[in-house]
Amino acid sequence: MSDKKTPRRDFIKLSAMTLGGVGAASLAIPFISSMNPGKDTLALASTEIDLTPLEEGQSLTVIWRGKPVFIKHRTKKDIEDAKNTSLADLPDAEEDSARVQNDKWLVVLGVCTHLGCVPLGQKTSDTKGDYGGWFCPCHGSHYDTSGRIRKGPAPTNLPVPPYVFLTDNRIKIG
Amino acid sequence: MKKLFFILFFLSSFNTFSAGSKIDIPKYDWSWKGFFGTYDRASAQRGLKVYREVCAGCHSMNYLSYRNLGDLGFSEDHIKAIAAENLILDGPNDEGEMFERDGLPSDKFANPYANDKAARAANNGAYPPDLSLIVKARPKGADYVKSLLLGYVDPPEDMTIPNGQHYNKYMAGNLIAMASPLSDGLVDYDDGTQNSMDQMTTDVTTFLAWAAEPSLEDRKRMGFKVILFLVVLFILAYISKQQIWRDVKY
Amino acid sequence: MSSNDPQGYKKTLNSPYTGFKGWVDSRLPLVRMMEAEYLKFPVPKSLNYFWSFGGIAMFCLIGLILTGIFLGFHYKPSADDAFDSVERIMRDVSFGWLIRYLHANLVSFFFIATFIHIFRALYFGSYKAPRELVYIFGLTMFMLMMATAFLGYTLPWGQMSYWGATVITNLFSAIPVVGDAILTLLLGDFTVGDAAVNRFYVLHWLLAFAIVGLVVFHVITLHMTGSNNPSGSEPQSWDETVSFHPYVTIKDLNATIFFFIILAFILFYYPNILGHSDNYIKANPMVTPAHIVPEWYFLPFYAILRAIPDKLGGVLAMFGSILALGLLPWLDTSKVRSCLFRPVWRYCVLLFAINFLVLMYMGGKPAEGIYVLISRIGTAYWFLFIFVLAPLVGFLETPRQPLSITNYLRSKKA
Repeated sequence: MSDKKTPRRDFIKLSAMTLGGVGAASLAIPFISSMNPGKDTLALASTEIDLTPLEEGQSLTVIWRGKPVFIKHRTKKDIEDAKNTSLADLPDAEEDSARVQNDKWLVVLGVCTHLGCVPLGQKTSDTKGDYGGWFCPCHGSHYDTSGRIRKGPAPTNLPVPPYVFLTDNRIKIG
Repeated sequence: MKKLFFILFFLSSFNTFSAGSKIDIPKYDWSWKGFFGTYDRASAQRGLKVYREVCAGCHSMNYLSYRNLGDLGFSEDHIKAIAAENLILDGPNDEGEMFERDGLPSDKFANPYANDKAARAANNGAYPPDLSLIVKARPKGADYVKSLLLGYVDPPEDMTIPNGQHYNKYMAGNLIAMASPLSDGLVDYDDGTQNSMDQMTTDVTTFLAWAAEPSLEDRKRMGFKVILFLVVLFILAYISKQQIWRDVKY
Repeated sequence: MSSNDPQGYKKTLNSPYTGFKGWVDSRLPLVRMMEAEYLKFPVPKSLNYFWSFGGIAMFCLIGLILTGIFLGFHYKPSADDAFDSVERIMRDVSFGWLIRYLHANLVSFFFIATFIHIFRALYFGSYKAPRELVYIFGLTMFMLMMATAFLGYTLPWGQMSYWGATVITNLFSAIPVVGDAILTLLLGDFTVGDAAVNRFYVLHWLLAFAIVGLVVFHVITLHMTGSNNPSGSEPQSWDETVSFHPYVTIKDLNATIFFFIILAFILFYYPNILGHSDNYIKANPMVTPAHIVPEWYFLPFYAILRAIPDKLGGVLAMFGSILALGLLPWLDTSKVRSCLFRPVWRYCVLLFAINFLVLMYMGGKPAEGIYVLISRIGTAYWFLFIFVLAPLVGFLETPRQPLSITNYLRSKKA
């Protein structure tokens, strides 16, 4: 094996191995990518809701990404109560203004942050708990008119999903 | 060399394995054929119109969703409008009842019939096949579909056509339950293209070909890159092999 | 004290390596095993590219397992959902179309590689002593391949899936007395249906991994004897061998890349050419396709099956054709291995290969007229080749003097 040949031989081998490595890595991409949610799942990843049928005081439940979302058309009293709460009274302190884009409409995930039950309060006949919002029957968590935890074992407020107002009466969640 | 011979021999004999019909199907020039073919989107859009106005009354398109039409160049708003023109069965609602609502882009194309039996009942016992895969589900694919649509010619004089059947030159057995669905000028095209039988059959077949294989363009594009890569890799590997084996003496 | 247990009752860890490699190797002797079997292993230097097809088959198997796993993440093994889930893979799963087409076409190329691999064994006498067990494990893997492919083909639940499954599982009813009971037990129902597709899915996975396991035995038995080579003569010195790495690794890599170029060509431009258009129609138990045809790699055996007019006889002939091949190491009486030095047997083997292709062509034709006649002649030759020609030609033929590896290589240079 002459020294003259070795650098050229090594170059060919090196480029072959590098190219092979690039090929192997590129081969992995489609396989890993196939594990992502499919296009049909992604198509259901956002939902548009028409708010016009919701009267003041009424609540609507929609399914978004497999979970319930509560949409409440809040009354003036609901909004006042939400805004007049002192942060010291809140186990998970959050201003109401940080949780709504338009005071009239509250959009929260209807999943109790304790262990995942769906709280009561959507129907007018439902109990709303001690704070006028929602009450979780599983372990007794009480949520207020801004969906914040007030009493009970739940650690955090009902999460607010990402949403935008497409028009004054139409929102897109997700 | 011997290895190459065997591989090519295997591959060249495959078209003899399909037990296809003995009827000669004319070959057409499709825009997606060949190594760099693509779907003619304008043609496919016109084909969609033909499908919706002529075929969708009886033939379902179960594997297409309205959102897939974005691939053909339709805007999101246009797709929402097309979807909303259809009624989709949904439910049960809180009263436990099924209800109908306007279609959404995420819905699959609405089925003209509630189920297969309803489809048969409405068509004299004949089932109008789903068209999502029809181009892949027939030997000679697109050529066959277009030929069939153009194949409603006069039957030979001595042949009696049973009631409910029609003579078709390209259907296996020459009898088909579907009457000729198309005629000159049947569908008006928005882009003003001449709506001859030949044009409409080309357009609807293009649409159906896309519906059966939407990934075709991605596939061919990837194929070019992959084969180019492999050829380069092969050349490098071949040179490596020659170099490594050079010092093997006898 | 045997050579397998040089330490006797007292065990101390040792390893020819140092550092981390040594620590692992002294506890799990994989490093020294890999080095002995895949780096330093002596291989005759006269191998031609026919010897690369075992490795190519292995890469096909790896590809099938990988694509199979990722398809399995999305496939639904029920009669109602299977076809739809495959269409979902094709349309909605990211790169699903690629993984599905790759899986389907790799099966065909796996069989192509295997057929060439087996032809090599027949032509160069690789099945003869002392490699009989390599050959037997190989044929066993081949039968498992066919079972796995059959099971896999039912999974998309197209028309051919359903009716092919119906025809082939009905063969079990040919077994006298218990046939029908066995069939019902296998299917979990009176006909091919939801119960069948569910369990076929499980069996498909099981058998695929069984093949992987058998590859280990196939290679172990091969490494006990070393590879055969075109001259049929064993290496007489180190000089007549090369180390597996880098000589055989680079040569096999070359062949594999070339093979995959052809696969890529089919996969990306003609992905459905080796399949049946009828399988894009959802399975319908009420409608039988005009021609039920199995996939191309089954066609020779399908021809043999239909050549025998009796149902049970056809089944026995079909399975028997492969089992009979397993007897070749003992039926072939010749002392010479390679057909290069067997002037009569080489034509018998070449004729066997051509016969295989003829039977393949016949299997795709309707079972009538001249096609049946040719299938019968082909089936007759298959068994004649094994039971009559192998012993007789070996006995009567005057072979040429086999060359050593070195002389064979020199004669090729000339």
